[in-house]
Amino acid sequence: MALSGIGGRLYRGEKSFQFIAHRRRFYAFSGLLIIISAIALSTQGLKLGIEFKGGSAFTVTSNTGTIAMAQDALKSSGLSGSENIVQKIGSNKFRVQTGILSQSQNNTLQAALATNYNVQENNIDTQSIGPSWGKEITHKALYGLFGFLAVVMLYLALAFEPKMAISAIIAVIHDVFITVGIYALVGFDVTPATVIGFLTILGYSLYDTVVVFDKVRENTRSLTTTARFTFSDAANLAVNQTLVRSFNTSLTALMPVASILFVGAGLLGAGTLKDLSLALFIGLATGTYSSIFVATPILATLREREPAMQALAKRVAVKNSAAVASGRAVATPGASASSEVSERVETKIITERGPRNQPKRKSRRR
Amino acid sequence: MSANISKATKRPVRSGRTISILLLVILGFAITAIATSTTSVKLGLDLRGGTSVTLQPRVAAGGTVSSSAIDQAVSIIRQRVNSLGVAESEVTAEGSGNNRQIVISVPGETGRKVVDLVGQTAELRFRAVLAVGAPTAKTVASTKGALPTGVTPALDKAFGALDCTKAANLQGGSTDAADQPLVSCERHGSAKYILAPAEVLGKNIKSASASLDNTNAAGWYVLLNFDGDGTTKFGKMTSRLVSQPSPTNQAAIVLDGLVYSSPQINSAIVAGNAQITGNFTQADATNLANVLKYGALPLAFDRGEVQQVSPTLGSDQLHAGLLAGLIGLILVLLYSLLYYRGLGVVSVGSLVIAGAITYLSFLLLGKWIGFTLTLAGIAGAIVSIGITADSFIVYFERVRDEVREGRSLRTAVETGWQRARHTILVADFVSLIAAALLYFFAVGSVRGFAFTLGLTTFVDLFVVFFFTHPMVSLLAKVNFYASGRPLSGLSAKSLGVVTSTDSGKELS
Repeated sequence: MALSGIGGRLYRGEKSFQFIAHRRRFYAFSGLLIIISAIALSTQGLKLGIEFKGGSAFTVTSNTGTIAMAQDALKSSGLSGSENIVQKIGSNKFRVQTGILSQSQNNTLQAALATNYNVQENNIDTQSIGPSWGKEITHKALYGLFGFLAVVMLYLALAFEPKMAISAIIAVIHDVFITVGIYALVGFDVTPATVIGFLTILGYSLYDTVVVFDKVRENTRSLTTTARFTFSDAANLAVNQTLVRSFNTSLTALMPVASILFVGAGLLGAGTLKDLSLALFIGLATGTYSSIFVATPILATLREREPAMQALAKRVAVKNSAAVASGRAVATPGASASSEVSERVETKIITERGPRNQPKRKSRRR
Repeated sequence: MSANISKATKRPVRSGRTISILLLVILGFAITAIATSTTSVKLGLDLRGGTSVTLQPRVAAGGTVSSSAIDQAVSIIRQRVNSLGVAESEVTAEGSGNNRQIVISVPGETGRKVVDLVGQTAELRFRAVLAVGAPTAKTVASTKGALPTGVTPALDKAFGALDCTKAANLQGGSTDAADQPLVSCERHGSAKYILAPAEVLGKNIKSASASLDNTNAAGWYVLLNFDGDGTTKFGKMTSRLVSQPSPTNQAAIVLDGLVYSSPQINSAIVAGNAQITGNFTQADATNLANVLKYGALPLAFDRGEVQQVSPTLGSDQLHAGLLAGLIGLILVLLYSLLYYRGLGVVSVGSLVIAGAITYLSFLLLGKWIGFTLTLAGIAGAIVSIGITADSFIVYFERVRDEVREGRSLRTAVETGWQRARHTILVADFVSLIAAALLYFFAVGSVRGFAFTLGLTTFVDLFVVFFFTHPMVSLLAKVNFYASGRPLSGLSAKSLGVVTSTDSGKELS
């Protein structure tokens, strides 16, 4: 069981992915995503659903209908605004979206649609949102988002050291920004369900970060006394040790969400299920990414600036260069660990980036 | 060694008891559900079809909305909706403070009527009565064919066409323009009126209350107070009407286009105080006073959201939700069996038990607090599969870490639990914060999501403490797991454990 066995190797540091050492790459990647998001937001903006801006939506189910029938109904009801959108969803559903209508306009259009598609008025699914309601919803969504961020910051500041809280919050803001950017770029509809799904996933992503930081704290407790690892090494080990858990958790969270997305978008077309699961899906992806590639590296960057940690890094470097000079390789001689790992270790010595966790195996892996 | 044995024998007994208690609790819930004949989950309108209207109180800047006004509006709207005669229609207030909304849900296909009916925030009007007739009268013309003063032939024709015995004509909400004459029914259909343009409006009423006249034994009456403008207008109106012959000496109180009451004016009322007497019961008088005071509704409302779901779409959404849940559950179960092998049995058990508790909660909460399962609620429950899975993943990974540290499985199960418990509590706490915030900030159907998310997080905590952990403790006693068989999910190989008995060194 290769996947299963890797957990043990990651745990002991035999196999190690260089999340901290390569942090500049990840920062650059995130920076690029953020720039793209900013451009998308400023040029295209978000496509808000009728829940936010007010308006009406009608869904007609008809096997023989055409889009032209809906356009005809709009025309005959005297509604020719540029806000009108007619879509075909799935194989037999037609969705007409309009701006804000009065009750009588609503009724006229519904009747016209019923006539054109030859269906019962009662079988047309409608939704209409008043103008003030849209404002209310927008306010609530913003309150929800900022309220959530505030509570999260408070919680983190209480539960962790300040630098951990700062890193986690940067990661959360990173997630918000990139997800919003993706919505602007692709032009997905933003509905209240989107916002809710998104808030849910922020909690999830935060919790992922919490688990990694818990381990970081455990690993760095006695750093200065042993002087074997720098803070970055210990933090990197923590990320690696919790990697299997992060992977499994994200995967098991993703599977139900993906099945909602698949069923929601595939069978129902637009609607709560699709909006919710799409936001969860995107949020889950960015959240998992940020807790591994952004939160912990930022924490390491912040901590490595501390004089104590810089001194520690020097001591560790001296210790290891002495070890190299005396001919004792950092990696266990003759170790049959995968070539990938030993290569990494050698590269590291050459570039003198500073040592990292060494395997303390009593014997080889089978 | 003896200590070890006593420890080993003691723990499983406790674990077994915990699990038995859990199963008994579930059985208890199931029996309660069956005993109260609660056999199906209450479904929201988006899953079975129907219309929901959310009304939002219109609040002036800096103003507040009293919850009693909302409650009153709820009861008035409830009366209106009930007049449709649709079973299971519901009118409830949601939220708190100025954010309180009224949500009207009517199942089935009567959507349009509901929307038209509850949207009215019509104003109260006083109109002079021009003519009165029987509910089905054809004309108000005298036998000689003369029409009463102020009644045009067109009005008489409209009068004849209106049938006040038809329920459709007693729902109110007709076009009731204040400056136009009105042909209208008594609200119970007992009479038909032709009314002059309105002279005094509801906004001119300063206060209205129901009182009991003890001294004259005249029973309940309604006491009215007009504001300055209203006093002048009402004074003028009553001065004119008091000398008129019946029925034109009556002032009709018109609401929603229906005549609520048409008291006869006995004297000119110029002081701004009026008494309306009649054979009122206390309820009648209070009701009339409220109507006078508040007009149609105690507050002006904006129609926030109107949603109409056809039964076809409803059942489509229900099936899609259930299908998505099933697929998600199967995927997670398969993955945990593949990855955790024997331990996967515990994950399957945990998910099944969590599912059973969640389902029973849906059943019983539907019965007890009127919980309805909506599409968003189903989504919340599906997402929570991930949360439940996360809890046992955290625990299993911790146990495996402990085993990697060289601990025996039996010790690892306990020390791993100590650490995992903390993580799980923190995780579920974050989830609960999220659910609570969502519940209070969100509106409409999305609250259903927050509610189920919160509920299932509690269920998760319950299952982890009362099933997952005791079950793993029990299994640690079983040789299959304790000796780390390849399929147990705890084998040295799959964990990558390197022990002193490892033969790798000699073999190489």
